[in-house]
Amino acid sequence: MLDVLDLHAYYGKSHILQGVEMHIGAGEVVSLLGRNGVGRSTTVKAIMGEVPPHGTINFKGQNIAGLPSYKIARLGLGYVPEHRDIFPSLTVRQNLLLGVKDTRHPGKWRLDDMLDMFPNLKERADTAAGVLSGGEKQMLTICRTLMGDPELIMIDEPTEGLAPLIVQQVGDLIAEIARRGLAILLVEQKLSIAMRISHRLYIMGHGRIVFEGTPADLKASQTVRKEWLEV
Amino acid sequence: MLELIVISTLNGVLFGMLLFLMASGLTVIFSMLGVLNFAHTSFYMLGAFFGFQISRWFGFWPALFIAPVLAGLIGAAVERYGLRHVHKNGHVAELLFTFGLAFAIEEIVQIIWGKSPVDFRVPPSLDFPAFTIFSTNYPAYKMFMLLVSIGIFVVLLITLKRTRIGMIVQAALSHPHMVGHLGHNVGHIFMMVFGVGTALAAVAGVIAGPALVTQSNMAGLLGPILFVVVVVGGLGSLPGAFIASLLIGLLQTFAVSMNGSLAGMFGPLSPDYASTWLSDIWNVTVAQIAPILPYMLLVLILAFRPMGLLGTRES
Repeated sequence: MLDVLDLHAYYGKSHILQGVEMHIGAGEVVSLLGRNGVGRSTTVKAIMGEVPPHGTINFKGQNIAGLPSYKIARLGLGYVPEHRDIFPSLTVRQNLLLGVKDTRHPGKWRLDDMLDMFPNLKERADTAAGVLSGGEKQMLTICRTLMGDPELIMIDEPTEGLAPLIVQQVGDLIAEIARRGLAILLVEQKLSIAMRISHRLYIMGHGRIVFEGTPADLKASQTVRKEWLEV
Repeated sequence: MLELIVISTLNGVLFGMLLFLMASGLTVIFSMLGVLNFAHTSFYMLGAFFGFQISRWFGFWPALFIAPVLAGLIGAAVERYGLRHVHKNGHVAELLFTFGLAFAIEEIVQIIWGKSPVDFRVPPSLDFPAFTIFSTNYPAYKMFMLLVSIGIFVVLLITLKRTRIGMIVQAALSHPHMVGHLGHNVGHIFMMVFGVGTALAAVAGVIAGPALVTQSNMAGLLGPILFVVVVVGGLGSLPGAFIASLLIGLLQTFAVSMNGSLAGMFGPLSPDYASTWLSDIWNVTVAQIAPILPYMLLVLILAFRPMGLLGTRES
């Protein structure tokens, strides 16, 4: 479904991505792991066109490298950025409704289902989203992107800075998304959720993919964990 | 005294609402595109001149609608074919672009209509006194200006708060990238906002043209005050722009109608000052310093509350 071939990206003169290769099939749950600063977030930003990509990015058979992000989103690629960019002055409900791309063709995720899934959000449906807690904001951003009915959703660092109990809830939500058949690219630093839900894992180091395998493979290979993940 | 207060309040609110017609567009454009549009008052001027020309050909009422539409289309084209390409080169390039555009528009207006004021008059259907308070006849045209600006304010508010387009615009004010990632065409929204913003400035031009002077330097005259409004209100804050517009409108109209001076207030206590080197400060009237009051307010705001009254960001 998504094939990233020889992807390069630059911030000014520094060469951040140095030929990333990645493949995600329909309905597949894939995690992208690695230490801070190895280019995980830059990879998804380059896929969405927020950082200018150099290389080939095929999504459903079409090269999307360099397309404006709204066109990429409209093809069915959802993106949840790491900073939980909720719209603070709008209400929770309005935030969710803005996730819908085309009001004439609503997708399979309905506003009421979302609110039923998260009693916290339902309670605050009509308050400004700016006052939500970090965990609620994270749920809201993921749900908002789901409202646009993506076929593949890329989630960048969803558990960063959250309490363990909330991390558990975010993990449950991602597992639920996977259960409903969406393909997921999860970008994480921690292993917990990734090991629990992923079919396959990629590990990045110095702007390249340095390991590809199943959670079981990673569990077996202590050297990989030691060299590329543990601090 | 009461008469003065009533008339000054009306005039102040009127001037404030006219300022808001422009400040609202300027501040929305700034928040979304990150560009302080130096050419914004040029669109106000274009509105006035288009209004003048079209009212000669077809009358004032068609002009009131056609002139802002024309100016808005020009504004949208400026964003689509100008700013969007300059954007790649950063904010300084964008600022210089709008700065140059302001000069270009002024020169073009001078080539077509000349340097001296044109004869843009209040339409006869509105050229009568609306009411008389005490001994002052308040012109109907001024009431008309007030109603038009309040009407537009209400429509703008409802559009922003109650429609889906308004929500997208509000969202794009703070997080334009995220709006794009959700599948909304941000470029298209920017162009529309630029068009509507410049059209609002042009509405202000058409209705202010007959009441003030329609001349090729009118953009330059209003520009500085408009920036004071936007900075005092807080860059990027619509409610802030509204409050600051009214504040400055009232401040200026009240100040010009006051003849008080320090000498008038405290003179009898120490008459000696009138003959010292302080006499200039001692005898200057509030009306005389009215034009600099907004700028003094600007300095105070920048010193004590740099983000403006209701602004959220420092830059």
